[in-house]
Amino acid sequence: MTQYFEKNEVFDRIRQDIGENDIVLYMKGTAVFPQCGFSAAVVQILQNIGVPFKDIDVLSEPGLGQGIKDFTNWPTTPQLYVKGEFIGGCDIVRELYASGDLEGLLYQKGLLKD
Amino acid sequence: MDAGTIEALIRAGLPDAEVEIDDVRGDGQHYAARVVSPQFRGLSRVEQHRLVFKALEGHIGQDIHALQLTTRSGDELSGE
Repeated sequence: MTQYFEKNEVFDRIRQDIGENDIVLYMKGTAVFPQCGFSAAVVQILQNIGVPFKDIDVLSEPGLGQGIKDFTNWPTTPQLYVKGEFIGGCDIVRELYASGDLEGLLYQKGLLKD
Repeated sequence: MDAGTIEALIRAGLPDAEVEIDDVRGDGQHYAARVVSPQFRGLSRVEQHRLVFKALEGHIGQDIHALQLTTRSGDELSGE
């Protein structure tokens, strides 16, 4: 599996996206047209906080939907990445937002301007 | 998949867990689960959820359409 892991273009593409963008949301649909309630909920949270983020529609590219689940070892979307690190899916992002820890994390990583 | 089966699968993977399952929309597809287990101690939420997903391997996104998950280690003072 490791051999295949290296040569997998989807994984390379994911590494590139999460490497080049501070905040990446892998979701069904787009921020403007979310195709799933859980994805829409995370979009709403990020918009409430007011941080820019790159939305990536896993439905738009063959293999990306399963690829991101394999890459992250997480069985669902949405998936939120901050500075290349997996933060969580909808439940965890909601929990972090409710406790203020999400904004704390973003602030700590210099992504939240006062 | 029905709530009883989900609970049994989680217990099989986390024998010492307290498990509460709620069929959120009554459609047998959208569930909420609260899992409290000492095995979660010291783990991040992501790692805690991964343990539950491992117990439900192959079902999430298949015969369980959506699972809203809350995990606790049981020794949080404020229940957070």
